[in-house]
Amino acid sequence: MIKNTNKLSFLLKWEWMLVALLILINIMNASLSPYYLEYNNMMSAIMAFLDRSFMVLPMAIIIIMGDIDISVASTVALSSVMMGVSVQNGVPMTVAILICMATATLCGFINGLIVTKFKELSAAIVTISTMILYRGIAYIILEDQAASGFPLWFSILGWGDIGTIPLILIVFIAFSVIFWLILHKTTAGRQILAIGQNNTASIYSGINVDKMRLFAFTAAGFMAGITALFLTSKMASTRPNIAIGYELEVIAMVVLGGVSTSGGKGKIHSVILAIFVIGLLKYGLGIINIHSQIVTIIIGLLLIFSTLLPSIGQRVMSKLKIIRQMNL
Amino acid sequence: MKKIITMTMVLLVLATGFLSASGQQPAADEGKKKFAIVFKNTGNPYGEKEMAGYKIAIEEMGYEVILKAPAQPTVDGQIAIIEELIAQRVDAIAMVANDVDALNMALAKAMKQGIKVLSLDSAVSAAGRLVHINQADPELIGRVQIQAIKEMINGEGQIAVLSATSQATNQNAWIEWMIEELKEPEYSKMELVKVAYGDDLRDKSVSEMEALLKNYPNLKGVIAPTTVGIAAAGLVIEEKGLKGQVHLTGLGLPSEMASYIESGICEWMYLWNPIDVGYLAGYAAMALVDGSITGAVGETFEAGRLGKKEIIADGNGTQIMLGAPFKFEASNIAEWKTVY
Amino acid sequence: MEKLLKKKNNIQLDQFRELGLLLFIIIISIMVQIRNPSFLTGENINDLLKNTAILSILSVGMMLVLVTRGIDLSIAANMAFSGMLASIIVRDFPQIHPVLIMLIGISAGTLSGFINGLLISKGKILPIIATLGMMYVLRGSTFLISKGQWVSAYQFTDGFKKMATGTNWGINNLILIAVAVYALAYYFINHTRTGRRIYATGSNPDSAKISGINTDRMVILVYSIMGMLSGLTGVLWMARFASAQSDSAMGYEMNVIAACVLGGVSMSGGSGKVGGILLGSLLFGILNNTLPLINVSPFWQNAIQGAVILLAVIANVLAKRGMTKRNLNRRDR
Repeated sequence: MIKNTNKLSFLLKWEWMLVALLILINIMNASLSPYYLEYNNMMSAIMAFLDRSFMVLPMAIIIIMGDIDISVASTVALSSVMMGVSVQNGVPMTVAILICMATATLCGFINGLIVTKFKELSAAIVTISTMILYRGIAYIILEDQAASGFPLWFSILGWGDIGTIPLILIVFIAFSVIFWLILHKTTAGRQILAIGQNNTASIYSGINVDKMRLFAFTAAGFMAGITALFLTSKMASTRPNIAIGYELEVIAMVVLGGVSTSGGKGKIHSVILAIFVIGLLKYGLGIINIHSQIVTIIIGLLLIFSTLLPSIGQRVMSKLKIIRQMNL
Repeated sequence: MKKIITMTMVLLVLATGFLSASGQQPAADEGKKKFAIVFKNTGNPYGEKEMAGYKIAIEEMGYEVILKAPAQPTVDGQIAIIEELIAQRVDAIAMVANDVDALNMALAKAMKQGIKVLSLDSAVSAAGRLVHINQADPELIGRVQIQAIKEMINGEGQIAVLSATSQATNQNAWIEWMIEELKEPEYSKMELVKVAYGDDLRDKSVSEMEALLKNYPNLKGVIAPTTVGIAAAGLVIEEKGLKGQVHLTGLGLPSEMASYIESGICEWMYLWNPIDVGYLAGYAAMALVDGSITGAVGETFEAGRLGKKEIIADGNGTQIMLGAPFKFEASNIAEWKTVY
Repeated sequence: MEKLLKKKNNIQLDQFRELGLLLFIIIISIMVQIRNPSFLTGENINDLLKNTAILSILSVGMMLVLVTRGIDLSIAANMAFSGMLASIIVRDFPQIHPVLIMLIGISAGTLSGFINGLLISKGKILPIIATLGMMYVLRGSTFLISKGQWVSAYQFTDGFKKMATGTNWGINNLILIAVAVYALAYYFINHTRTGRRIYATGSNPDSAKISGINTDRMVILVYSIMGMLSGLTGVLWMARFASAQSDSAMGYEMNVIAACVLGGVSMSGGSGKVGGILLGSLLFGILNNTLPLINVSPFWQNAIQGAVILLAVIANVLAKRGMTKRNLNRRDR
């Protein structure tokens, strides 16, 4: 009897939900559109949603620790604009890429610094302010102009393949593995989970909470820089208003990935599954020409119901437990 | 153990997606030709009308039409849609672009697959399209609005422009021509004091308009070459009872502006018919697909009820001109306000 | 003793914060007045208050939500939805009395808020997620009910527009409604048991539960109030701007949250005062109103707003630290 419930709880695990969802979406899309399962289409679908997914990885870590970073999309805009302006003023592309990454990392570092130096402030407030501020600086720099004039080879990032596999997918897999190892295989990862579960206790047990938070926010900045590279490459030009609204998409993916926003729980592989669930669902609906506003509604409902399910599941489980106890 | 099982499952699912993919080649449905149009965003009546015009044209010839727009007016939303259309093997894509240059890579990919790409209304740069459908000459639109405001304020006094976002390509091109027109000697007594940006947001347009009136108490005229801006300007003039003191013209939707034109706050304004813009794009797309035009200067084609149209030069690229903008005034607004 | 000191401390801090905000508002006003004498005219103050009314009404609801450790990202979408619903009714049935239509809009908003509350309290979904999902659903639904069309000025009845643009006793209705909302909120928060229970729920949910407060009910209540105010302001927004579009008020939720933060509402729950958010909304409104007035380039406006908010919250923390230190010193002596 006890074994039985354990099995059930295993099945109720979030990863399996997502796997089931992903299979369901694939079957649905494939049966609705004759084009869905073509290799090239699948690859271009993945290229379309992977650019913002880089930010999902550090965001998962930040949310696991009980924080949040709303400024990531503005960081993308600012670093992309910095890169664009540099190129326009004759800076070599390789240096411009470094400027982009440095700007993004600095943005994240500043967030981390404020959050750790002023612990009274919640990360939400700090990053809402920097969200407005960073994009504001991008506007000051570029005003109403677009920056373009990137060399042709730069477009390889967004559009190139290695063999038949898009470059962006390879880079994404590499970063996924790195973040997976960090969170699940290192002391730092265990500390991150510990901080999320109990901040105060982890301070007493000698974990350097400040260092971990600073690291996580800086990592978010860095990954926003990676997103800026791929996004800018895809458009071969940039404006201060790019990537608007990405922060909410990113947060939605993290949460769908089963990361608890109250901290302490989360797995990188679930989050990656969630990226594909949302991305492929959107693509599948797009390819059968469902109106984009209806897609918006579906994503909203998916978000609500997917988070509602575990709490319903928990309730069912506890009912079962009660019944079991009564049988005894 | 569980972790290993999970990971293998994850990989398996992803693999099913990718691998089963490569083997299958669905029979392309050869039947109907498919024509797509992509607008800037959803929920914009102007865009809905443009798409409706495109639809009318395509369906007149019995082809299949696909109307798409991202939920937000972003470039990356449009890129994703272009990818979806390439995947469906449409025959033509008509773009109303959110950015001149940023769609070029995606559209080049489409053209490489044999899809005919054209732009309408808000252009993509020459490299990303075969031909552009221009709703009206930007020079004409810019100049005519200055001429209108001159007539309203008797050629004397301060004027201001209330535009959309500071990035809007169309508006910026028109404003440049306005400034050009103002250099003519007949405007020596008129002064353009400010270009304000209401970002096409109601609240921001209203407060920008209020600030204009306060900063320039002697302001005589306002040109608002954008639908949200002109309606907001009309609202503020009405609210402050400045009818007759501050004159208003620009580009607006007849439905949005009907009440202000009827009350005389805005004596007249201009706009082209978005249905016609879409309709012309539809016929141009079909002509591109059946090969009767290639997008080169001098070619002509029949555009349904709009008659014969010719392709003319436009910088590095080519374009098709719809015609002069239409003047909306008190005498004709009633019949147009229910149309669009 | 220590508790008493802490309480006294908090009161001091609140006063300090509000004084600081007020001082800041005055300094900005003087600076702007020097640059542009039309700032402190009756007309401009009227415009300023009118344009801040909607923001300040929403801040009341958002404060209550933040007090219970929540957040509501769906308010702007909710405004668009309820406002659009009301506008469509005005367009199709112009004979219906405007107040009735407003009540319909308010009910629609309240219902959405109620669903938020239900998802958060009973469904145990985190507020940020539930309301984010709700935001998507409401935006999409607004498009669906409007079928992509706008409701334009000529389709609104005068009576409907008058709700927001008309005046009573020489004062614009929007301002009057905002004043009424603030008066009610002040009474509700400081003088009713439910108001105090909301704060108790926020400052310590566990002990609130133990002391017999139905925290679930409090959460549902605050989100319903938030929804109700969103519905109200949604209708007012459409009436004010005489136009309804499905992307109305896009992104407005961030302005409201920022106004609350400026007003000293803590996002970790339990604290927030009516006076604070009133000043916070005013400051935010003044920033929006004055930057175009003193010819600040529109490209600088975002950065200035962001910097002001950031500096305000940091200054607040520094003040708090300074005060704690001073009190500790005093105790040592």
